[in-house]
Amino acid sequence: MQTTRRQFLSIAGGVTVAGTIPIVTLRPLEATPAMLGTAIRNIVGEAQIRTGKVKLDIPPLVENGNTVPITVSVASPMTATDYVRSIHIFNEKNPQPNIGNFHLTPASGRAQVSTRIRLADTQKVVAIARLSDDTFWQVSTEIVVTLAACTEEMN
Amino acid sequence: MAALINVPAKAKRGDIIEIRTLTSHIMETGFRHTADGALVPRNIITGFTCRYNGAEIFRADLFPAIAANPYLSFFTIAKESGKFEFEWIGDNGYSSTASASITVE
Repeated sequence: MQTTRRQFLSIAGGVTVAGTIPIVTLRPLEATPAMLGTAIRNIVGEAQIRTGKVKLDIPPLVENGNTVPITVSVASPMTATDYVRSIHIFNEKNPQPNIGNFHLTPASGRAQVSTRIRLADTQKVVAIARLSDDTFWQVSTEIVVTLAACTEEMN
Repeated sequence: MAALINVPAKAKRGDIIEIRTLTSHIMETGFRHTADGALVPRNIITGFTCRYNGAEIFRADLFPAIAANPYLSFFTIAKESGKFEFEWIGDNGYSSTASASITVE
């Protein structure tokens, strides 16, 4: 059986943890790309998702996954007839694929939201915008995380 | 719970203004374990709403992947003087509110 670098590192890491702290740690829960797909389908339904219009502003290399600044903006005139209804952010490998849903109105003026998120691993982050004409637009980006969040032990 | 709200005190009618909010909350994910293996129960803020003179202008559903002390920034058009009301709701019946005033000229 071939051992991938990832498997090797997770085993090596597990040994180190077990060696220093004499307890049994559960393997961290991890969402799978399939869960990401399901979470997206729960929002989008059967609609087609196109690439474009959405901009994801997030550091490509994150030292601390516990607080990662993220800004999502959508190219939209934000008028009463053409506006962004909602923005949805997803991740690939946290224990849960959802990050946040943000509901806007024409009164928003600008289709942009910022927050700070947690990332449990190096992974893909996806932002999807639902426009007033019920079309969906997405962007995704790969983020390298050196210190993971979410599943660490409490001290 | 303490919340920090940043809304411009004055704006011209029709300006697009940024609203920034920060509230203190542990946002415990429900995926962490204590050293003796017990699961730490989830305790997060699940929802945020902003109303401008009573009308909802922004709403968010939050998940455990939102960092502790949730920060949110969003925009709105300054249309009239009045009040912004903010509400956070969460697990274990958590509820917190804040407000800010704006003068629109």
